[in-house]
Amino acid sequence: MNTATLAAGLMAISLQAATPLILGSLGEIIIEKSGVLNLGIEGTMFLGAFVGFFVGYFTDSASLGIITAVIVGALLGLIMAVLTVSLGLDQHVSGIGITFLATEIGLFLYQALYHATGNPPHLAPLKAVKIAFLNQIPMLGVMLKQQGLTYLALMGIPVIHTLVFNSKFGLRLRAVGEKAVAADVAGINVIQTRYKALILGSALMGLGGGFLSVAQSGFVTPGIIGGRGWICIALVVFGNWKPVRVVLGALLFGGVGALQYYLQTVGLGISYEYFLMLPYILTMAAMALSRGKTVYPAEFLKAYQQRR
Amino acid sequence: MLEKLLSHPKVFAPLFALFITGIISVVFITIAGANPGQVFFYMLVGPFTSRLGLLEILAKTTPLILTGLAVVVAFNAGYYNIGGEGQLYAGALVATLAGFVLGQLPPLLLIPSLICLGFIGGAAWSAVNAGLKKIGWDEVVTTIMTNIIMILLVTALLNDFLQDPTSHSAQSLSIPVNAFYPLLAERSRVHMGLIVALVSTALVALLLNKLTLGFEIRTVGKNPSAARCAGINVNLTVLLAALLSGGLAGIAGVGEVLGVHHRLISTLSPGYGFTGIVVAKLSGLNPWITILSAVFLAILDVGSQVTNLETGVPIQLAGIIKWTFLLSLLAGQPTFNKLRRSLR
Repeated sequence: MNTATLAAGLMAISLQAATPLILGSLGEIIIEKSGVLNLGIEGTMFLGAFVGFFVGYFTDSASLGIITAVIVGALLGLIMAVLTVSLGLDQHVSGIGITFLATEIGLFLYQALYHATGNPPHLAPLKAVKIAFLNQIPMLGVMLKQQGLTYLALMGIPVIHTLVFNSKFGLRLRAVGEKAVAADVAGINVIQTRYKALILGSALMGLGGGFLSVAQSGFVTPGIIGGRGWICIALVVFGNWKPVRVVLGALLFGGVGALQYYLQTVGLGISYEYFLMLPYILTMAAMALSRGKTVYPAEFLKAYQQRR
Repeated sequence: MLEKLLSHPKVFAPLFALFITGIISVVFITIAGANPGQVFFYMLVGPFTSRLGLLEILAKTTPLILTGLAVVVAFNAGYYNIGGEGQLYAGALVATLAGFVLGQLPPLLLIPSLICLGFIGGAAWSAVNAGLKKIGWDEVVTTIMTNIIMILLVTALLNDFLQDPTSHSAQSLSIPVNAFYPLLAERSRVHMGLIVALVSTALVALLLNKLTLGFEIRTVGKNPSAARCAGINVNLTVLLAALLSGGLAGIAGVGEVLGVHHRLISTLSPGYGFTGIVVAKLSGLNPWITILSAVFLAILDVGSQVTNLETGVPIQLAGIIKWTFLLSLLAGQPTFNKLRRSLR
């Protein structure tokens, strides 16, 4: 195939591969802007993927599966909020705990149900949304055969940007994240704001997981999230907590993922694990090179005691 | 009387944790369609009912003590090393390669050398994370990524260069006999690594409690600014803690290669690095108590295998119990405070 078609194809796959990263990162931005580090993202995406898949499988409704994934995400966000915001537990340990707990729960449910159903369950993946006429365009057409959720994620970018930077909620969010005491004095309920941020953000993460299992692949494996949650955390910092920049990073990573699939099929004669390493090595190289000014939200990682 | 007992926070937290963990376990056991009473029996009593069970507990305790110590050292310095898994593999990789190269040496020379080299391997891998922390990158994210990279690297190498030509799976040739850890009990998997682990515990306890560096580590962990004012080189201390932490995890990897499998395999560790976090937090970051929490978690691991054999409940039950217990135990203190305040 000629390079132009190849390029279009790669870009199409990049968009698809970037979708979970976009969703997860947007969720993490909201949460971190309020001053909380949510390390539970990997586990949230994982459990969202698993539970969403099983609900979709047993009810034969992919949409129900996706909705469940979102609810699971929101619930995990709620638990994280209880631990870190209300009880003031260390955010690192809580997040890691939630990730591992959610992962173990997901694997447990998979083992328990898989044995019941016998064969690895498969769900027909959601079909790509064809925007009539637009996909007749020779080159761009290939790129525009994306999942409905991908378009949703892309539309989510300006929505989240507006939410965080131009809305009342966003103002409260950022106030709580920069100077919680001042926000509290001004009458903003710090606890409630952070709860909302965690629940909303985690819901997006659950959606990201649901995308991977229900929309994209149609089955679940233990490695389905494959570390994307962690990459989201790095992307959020690289993008300075700005939705547009973070999403550009997500697209870049989607591109690496697409490249990785391509290189595997080309068969360079070396184990595919080297390709799987690419995204992470790329992330770490980018980390090593970016000594620039990343300004964390001022209240990042600090628990807050609501004044009586 | 009960009220007086419960009103002591140190009693409340563990009981609260047991309560929550109990409820959650029962929920998941029921989902799996098993009888909770039976499951708890197999889980907690099962491992003790056979010689093999008891020895397996010791065999699993060994790496957990070491990865637990790794986390104890790191967390004491306020350095969240989640990279124990990758550092374990790094140590195992170095020890395997060195074992092939140096295999002709007598065991008395070879084994200590391999332990040291494994330590260096784990420490070197941890240095990557420490370096990134120096330029401002949270070590939690970087260590998780380096975990993934190292495990993939080991798997890839096992598929490419290190693969045992006679087998089709991701494993290496058997290491030279001279490098085998002696067994401590016949027909079991309890090996010299247990001694290594116990000695390491003593050394870490000595470091943290009696040596200046240990004091500096603990101070930096509790209050970095105060440490700086007191003249402690915070960056250097954190770096040393990170290196030591990585090295200890590396030794755990060495033990699994030299003592258990006698070759490098891609499935060397069923999450020992991560369980080490639970071990360390449960022990309150105290080296000696780490032995006890390592045993406890080993019992859970072995118990879940017994349970799985007898009742079919997935082995992940152990994982659910571990992490629920940890989170609810940590939640115990603040919950206690909140309850006390609202009951006033």
